Amino acid sequence: MSNKVFAFVALAVALALAAVTQLIPNEYFFTAAYTVLLFVILATAWNILGGYTGYVNFGSAAFFAIGAYTTVFFYNAFKAPLAVGIVAGTLVAGLAGLGLGYLTLRLRGVFFAIASLALAVVLYVFVVNWDYVGGARGAYVLQPREIPFGMPRYIHLIYSVQLLMAAFALVVARAIEKSTMGRGLAAIRDDELAAECSGVPTLRLKIFSTMVSCALMGMAGTTFPYYLSYIEPSSAFSLSYAVNSIAMPLIGGMMSWMGPLIGAVLLGTVQQVVQVTVSSAWNLLIVGVLLVLFVTLAPNGIMGWVDAWRRRKGR
Amino acid sequence: MEISTALLLNAIIAGLLLGGFYAAMSVGISISFGMLDVVNIAHPAFIILGSYIAYIVNDRFGFDPIVVSVVVSPLFFLLGMVLYRIYYVCFERRGQESLRGLAFFFGILFITEVALVLIFGVDYRMVSTRYGDVTWRAGAVDFPMRLAVPFLVSMTMVIGVQVFLTRTFFGRAVLAVAQDQLALRLMGVDPVRVKELAFALSIATAGVAGAFLIVIQPVQPAIGREFIGLVFAVCVLGGMGSILGTLLGAFVLGLAESFTSTFFGPSWAPAVSFGLLLATLAFRPSGLLGR
Amino acid sequence: MMIEALLEVKGVTKRFGGFTALDGVDFLVRPGERVGLIGPNGSGKSTLVNCIAGTLRNEEGSIRFEGEDICGHAAHRRIRMGLARSFQIPKPFASMTVLDNLCVPLLYAARKHEKLAPGRIVEEAVRILELVGLAGRAHAMSGGLTQVDMRKLELARAMAAKPKLLISDEAMAGLSASEVDDILALLFGLKEQGVAVIMIEHVMRAVMKFSERIAVLVAGRKIADGDPQAVVGNAEVVKAYLGE
Repeated sequence: MSNKVFAFVALAVALALAAVTQLIPNEYFFTAAYTVLLFVILATAWNILGGYTGYVNFGSAAFFAIGAYTTVFFYNAFKAPLAVGIVAGTLVAGLAGLGLGYLTLRLRGVFFAIASLALAVVLYVFVVNWDYVGGARGAYVLQPREIPFGMPRYIHLIYSVQLLMAAFALVVARAIEKSTMGRGLAAIRDDELAAECSGVPTLRLKIFSTMVSCALMGMAGTTFPYYLSYIEPSSAFSLSYAVNSIAMPLIGGMMSWMGPLIGAVLLGTVQQVVQVTVSSAWNLLIVGVLLVLFVTLAPNGIMGWVDAWRRRKGR
Repeated sequence: MEISTALLLNAIIAGLLLGGFYAAMSVGISISFGMLDVVNIAHPAFIILGSYIAYIVNDRFGFDPIVVSVVVSPLFFLLGMVLYRIYYVCFERRGQESLRGLAFFFGILFITEVALVLIFGVDYRMVSTRYGDVTWRAGAVDFPMRLAVPFLVSMTMVIGVQVFLTRTFFGRAVLAVAQDQLALRLMGVDPVRVKELAFALSIATAGVAGAFLIVIQPVQPAIGREFIGLVFAVCVLGGMGSILGTLLGAFVLGLAESFTSTFFGPSWAPAVSFGLLLATLAFRPSGLLGR
Repeated sequence: MMIEALLEVKGVTKRFGGFTALDGVDFLVRPGERVGLIGPNGSGKSTLVNCIAGTLRNEEGSIRFEGEDICGHAAHRRIRMGLARSFQIPKPFASMTVLDNLCVPLLYAARKHEKLAPGRIVEEAVRILELVGLAGRAHAMSGGLTQVDMRKLELARAMAAKPKLLISDEAMAGLSASEVDDILALLFGLKEQGVAVIMIEHVMRAVMKFSERIAVLVAGRKIADGDPQAVVGNAEVVKAYLGE
């Protein structure tokens, strides 16, 4: 399937899903689905760097929060509409990724991983001390009264936007995966030195994939302030984003765009259920345990099983 | 003017005392990350675990937390051996340590934190010691015992590790493991065994450092994360795999944090270690003592 | 008459801390030439290869390829100019098939200086695999190859970059006599396409058979360079190899 066809299909599916689900009377569905979609974007974005290129980013929460707080900033400064926040947040997060990548991707991969973790804490402290965006107290972002497309509540709009953004993230990830660059990134993941000596401009490709990955993570966060009408640093920088965006691709499978999607939908749904029926601490424990179990026992994730099954069938 | 000199002196003393404690937290990372090339980002989780064990025993029986931590350190040693075995079999041997190994330790960090939250909740816990509230004064300068006692024990531990690594056969084998595994094999030493024991040692130091931590400040499960940047910053700042470098890095960081707290307010302090780490990685990845 | 040099290494020095791995090495390769590079373990052969290929940076001296100073170029730029190397310890792209392994240099290096239509990439990869005798394994995962096949893949991947100069770093260590002959035949084939080859090897039989010229490195210095028979008879070389 060519990129154009795939993009068209993804858009059509997203629009159809958005339209059909509007009929669901239960408001909780939208709240839960918004969170699952948020994870779809985060996991897909993380996988562009983590799965395709082999570099671990522990700072998903930082880039997510950059997206969210850019929205807050533009809201406070100009009462800018959501669309402005989405574009600006994506760009700012991409720039932050570019900067982090430029500074640390020359070093061994583990230093990038540690630096990404460090970035999350530095930004957290920065935001806590920055009163303009609410500081430690948090900030209110009022949902607009007028809701377009005749939707009953603002959450319906946020959910639909998130659905379209998830489709967009998948289209980007798949396009990168299938391109010449995707092959270059895979070569870097397998053996960076051999890749460089095969003509792959490794540093440039790494920085680019970091930038795209971080930009998409930022995009996921841009709608977040509107989601609860309120945002505070500890929720925007929650470690659960970092853990989930690593766990979901690992559990789904990191070799293709489908893995993070499957992982995010499965794990995201399970978490929504556990959160309601048991408690949120337990649901985090489940994510952690699943992450460790999969990474030790099934390193290729669910898609790894599917591939193995296909190969056996093909023989 | 008199006051600001005292402030300055106190900031220096507090920074040095804090630095000694940071060295205890980071010495394990210097071993595992610096010498064995095992990127154990779960190291702080074991520090917190050590804090909670010291807390439980102190709370029930009133024993001194530092004594408790030394007594239970063999348990941490065992835990380290088991953990390294899993790591070796699942990741190192398959050549997957860079991505999946990191994710593994991240998962361990997360599980430990959440498990502690489930058992103890998110409240801060503290211990009671005889020296906890004592402060020794020399003129305008304070030596709070809750910092000074961990400092002294910590120095003893770090120097002990340094002596152990440089003076014993096993210690030299650990230093060699990073450089020449073949030579070790020729000498009849199993590099995997050496790494296993050295990693176990690093976890044991984490457990003891945990007791220092809870003597110095109240502890809750999530603060472990804040120390990830700290221990790696110290390790990288001092130059990978050098215990003396780690000491130096720890003092630099202790002073930097102490000055930041004193002059800019404590809410900025956590950013110092991570900021220094980012700056070191970006501009001087071989560390302060590196070429 | 002097033919213009393809690769010209002049006064290259490389230090690791206090240890001087290469000490003012001069080295020259003409277009299409077959040169053997020998020396005891730790004499700096691999360091020289790494400096030429760009995976290490030399502190002093100059390296010119087709007259252009390449010291500042990253490794990927050098291979795009036509300077390929194989690795002593095979480094396959383990998550890819053997065929896809060759597509990487074909896409990223060969296309930069050879007109290669996108549709012909796979076709060309198959042709090279047939040449090295790996065509039957084209769709196997490269991580699961035998040692011999990995060596062949290593050479094939270097060939896929369409180099003007190929550096073969101990491609034959541990291979049987007939496997050595297979790889020798392969490298002789390259000569016919006008590709110059630097062969680094401990298998002396192969080096002697293959090389038009042999250079000897000992302790980071070049102590001999010339006709194979003369070099092997050189007293200094014999001393370096056999000790005093």
